[in-house]
This record gives sequence, structure tokens and C-alpha cells, in this order.
Amino acid sequence: MSAPDSSFLAPPAGSQVRAVHDEFHGDLLEVSMGPHHPSTHGVFRMIVTLDGETIVKLKPVFGYLHRNHEKLGENTSYLASMPYTDRLDYLNSMTNNWAYALAVERLAGLAVPARAEYLRVILAELTRLLNHSCLAGFLLQDCGCSGTPLMYAFREREKILDLFESLSGSRMMCNFQRFGGCRVDPSADWLAGVQQLTDGYGAFLDEFEALLTGNEIFMARTQGVGRLAAPLAISAGVTGPVLRASGVAHDLRKVDGYGAYPQFDFRVPLGDHGDTYDRYMVRILEMRESIQILRQALARLPDGPIMDPKAKLRGFRPKAGEAYGRIEGPKGEIGFYLISDGSPNPYRYRVRPPSFINLTILEDLCLGHTVADAVIILGSVDIVLGEVDR
Amino acid sequence: MLGTGLLQGLAVTAKNLVGSFHDPARLPTLEYPEVQPQLPEAYRNFPFLVSESAEDPMGTLRCVACQICEKECPPQCIYIEKSKDKKPDAAGKQQIFPAVFVIDTSVCMSCQICVEVCPFESIKMDQVFAIATTERFGSLLLTREQLAKPNSYYHQIHPTEAAEVDRRLAADRQAAEDKAKAAAAAKSAAPTPPAKPATGGPAA
Repeated sequence: MSAPDSSFLAPPAGSQVRAVHDEFHGDLLEVSMGPHHPSTHGVFRMIVTLDGETIVKLKPVFGYLHRNHEKLGENTSYLASMPYTDRLDYLNSMTNNWAYALAVERLAGLAVPARAEYLRVILAELTRLLNHSCLAGFLLQDCGCSGTPLMYAFREREKILDLFESLSGSRMMCNFQRFGGCRVDPSADWLAGVQQLTDGYGAFLDEFEALLTGNEIFMARTQGVGRLAAPLAISAGVTGPVLRASGVAHDLRKVDGYGAYPQFDFRVPLGDHGDTYDRYMVRILEMRESIQILRQALARLPDGPIMDPKAKLRGFRPKAGEAYGRIEGPKGEIGFYLISDGSPNPYRYRVRPPSFINLTILEDLCLGHTVADAVIILGSVDIVLGEVDR
Repeated sequence: MLGTGLLQGLAVTAKNLVGSFHDPARLPTLEYPEVQPQLPEAYRNFPFLVSESAEDPMGTLRCVACQICEKECPPQCIYIEKSKDKKPDAAGKQQIFPAVFVIDTSVCMSCQICVEVCPFESIKMDQVFAIATTERFGSLLLTREQLAKPNSYYHQIHPTEAAEVDRRLAADRQAAEDKAKAAAAAKSAAPTPPAKPATGGPAA
């Protein structure tokens, strides 16, 4: 939209908008939600123009958490960017690490041993469980169900974070993947812990679904709210569960078949309506598939080294060239684009953040709904501001 | 029937409420600080410098001020000044040492890249997390006297890792000694061209 900001005084276009200055002599009201608002999942601001309670215009404002991630990446060595990728989407540091490692491996032509590929899959699927559980909890929090589902989700998240901590040394800032493999080989105890978690997670999902999926209030709040049509989702570049909830079968684990994923048998759940309820449901089903992948990966985890012997930690200088590495993160396609000029630092370092690109359709989702629905819709898009603002 | 889902959800909540009083898996809260948490062995927060002995930490630092960690540190929180003179390290070789070694823990992000890039196994991650101070600057800027901790402490916090490091260092030392012996033997066998002295030291 190229209209100047003062244009909200004129009646905006759109079929759902009733003519202003009609018999009620109503004026439009501009409300600034955020940046310090608990429903905005961080420092995110929505300037909503309201007609009564209906949204007629929504302008997302972000950048409050901008910290020069890409420029920092160009001014530090390849290895030194790895811990910074933890801080993009701080719920999913393992998948961020993997996407960045994949880009550098393509750039430098490093091969990853089979055991490391399996470990990466295990960690990525644990991250997916963690992210989707949290999302469901936060979504319910946004619906006004304060506490209970979020605490249940966090109880399970805590178990996964404990596993991450005992493997990588840190709960959230794992900094685990390396170019050409992984940093630490897990012990048998750790793998037994993952097995135990995998076996117990189905029961948690059953409990969670008994709590939420059939809940009439939740269905009334989410069904038909924030519909995303498949053509719009595709043309806006939306990826991840938000895209699949609109019925588009696009999952990079199947499309690219990166890592060890072609060796696993799993399904890609799709939504039908593209509404908030479908976005919730797709994630629940994805978690069930993640459990299947984890079972298979744990059963077939090969022995062997976890690092490519050619990989160098110090003095790492890939030859000139460019590479793009992308994986299916829990929030969508997380990609890193790197250009090397043969020096120790990347010449260009670019992140393709799923949260940011999924957020661009927020206005289309919210138009015609109420302010309270906008909160739920934002919650169902699943953003982390660390990644949106970078 | 409308409301069944609600009632089912309430049953789950009730079950969890009861469980939170009986089920040990649902009682995760610790009475900190009376009860200290059991940290996993891999847990890391800030780096420390390993010294060989607890009595003379400054004299037996493993660090040789090569400044690799200073270069590789992503947020650039390490500052090192090399010494002008040399002193013998644990293997008896004359090495320079850090005259100044400072880590700004208010900048450090605990990524442990310094540990990974160190060729001399001299910087490791600590597990002390209760480091709150009353002011922002001085107390968080750790000098080498504050950073130095003996190898026995390293064994205490990361037993598996420390044992492996000791094994590796011992193997390196043994290899260096063998090489020196072989060089000496070669020198005594053929005295006319003086053999180059063996360059020992830990392998990079």
C-alpha cells in the first residue's frame, strides 16, 4: 500500500468495511498495539485501524530488535557466526545451526558423516517438538486461556531443554553443529534419554489434545478466523506449517530431501481451510510425525565419526563462490545465502528467515476480524522477533 | 454434545492438579538456594584458564598467549598482552605467557569457541553461574588472576572431558620426548652435520 499514513481518514477500500460517516457518524480509530504488549510475542508493533471493533487496516512495524545480524556475519569468521545463528530464532537454535552449517558445507564442499546426519535429524525433530508445543501453549495463552496449556507445554519443553543442555552445554544457545558434522558425540545415556522422551511424548500429545482439540470455546475462537488462501500463501512466499495449513504440500524435508530425511518414512500433514484452527492442528499432527521420525532415527543411528576429517576449525577459508543452504525449520524455510571471496569472512551473508516472511501476510489474515482475533492470528503465524528483526 | 470437549479438558486439568501433589515427575521445583541444582557435566557458562598447579597458578598457566582465542572470539571479549620474557611451561619448554589476560564477562556469550580453537587446552568453560555483582564494569572484567583455576578443578567439573584432555597432553609430551631422543640419537650417530634440534611442544 502506497497511501500516506493520514489516509485513514478517507474510507478504506475493502468489501468488509462499511461506509464510514454513515448514520452512526462513526470515525475510524487508530490503535497502536505494541511494541510493549504481551500479545505481540516480543517487541512487535501493529498499528491497527479499527471500524468499531473490526480491523480495516493493519500496519506491522518491526525492527525494534534489529541488531545487525547480517552485517556482523560479514565482519566475523564463518565459525564465529555460528553462535549468532542461535540467537536468530532462540527457540530453534539447533535448526538454525544446521541451516547455516549446510550453507557453509555446500560452499566449502564438505561431506557430513552418516552418524552426524542422523544426529542432526534427531536434534531437528526434538526442536520441532519443542517449538510446536510452545506455539500451541502460546496460542492458547493468546486466546485468553491463561497458563494451563502453556505450563503443560513448558513442562515438556523443559525435558527437551535438559537433553540439549546435557549434550551441548546450553539449554537454548546450543551452538552445536559444525561445518562437516557435529561438535559432541552423544553418550548412550543421552540417547536413552531421547528414547524415553520419544516414548512419552505421544501420551503428552494425547493429553494436550484432550485438553484443547475438542474444546468448543477454542474451536469457536479459531475456526474460520484468519483464513489464508493457498494462492496468496504461495505468492507471498509463506512456508512451513502456515503454508501447509492452507493445503499446499510443500515440505523441504520431502522436496529437497536434505540430510538423512529420504531414509525415513513420514507423512506431511496438510490443512484444508487455512484458518487458525488448521494451523494449530497441522502442528499437532507434525509433532506426531516427528515422533515417528525420532523412533526410526534412534533405532537406526549408525556408528562412526561425527566430523568430516577434512573439516578445519582454525584458518577456515572456503574458496570463492556462493551457496544457499535451506532446511525445513519448525517455522518454515530457514535459509542462509553466503558469498565467499576466499577470505576468512563471508563477502555476503544473508538470512532467509521464515518468521519474517510469514509475517508479511498478517494484514491479509486480519482484515475483517476483531482486535481480539488479530492477537490469535498473530499467535498462530508463530513468529520469534529475534528472527524477524535480526 | 456441546460441552463434551470442555468437560474432557477439565478432567485433564483435574488429573494434573492431583498429579502435581503426588507424581514425582510433576514436582520439578527446587528450593534454591538451599538445594543446589545438579548441573549436567557438559554445562558451560564462562571461560577460565587452566593452570597446572593450585599453589602457583600464575607460574603454571597453560596459556602461551598465542591470541587465537582473542581473534576467534565472536563478540571480541578477550584481551591478551604477550609477555616480554619467557618461562618454562609444564613440558619444560621455554614459552611466552600472557602478561595480561582479561575476559569481559558482560560481553561474553558463552559460546565456547575459544575452548574449541585453543591448541594448548588452556582455556575451558566454567560452571559457576552465581556471578551477580553490584556494579556493571569492574567486577565483570575478569583478570588472569581471577580466571586461573587448577587442573584439579577442571577434573572436578568436567571429569570425562578433562581425563581425555590429560591423556592427549600426555601423548603429545611423550611424542615430543621420543622425537627429542631420536634426534639426539641421530646426532650422536652422525656428529659432523649438526642435526636440527627437535621442536617439541604440543601439536597444534
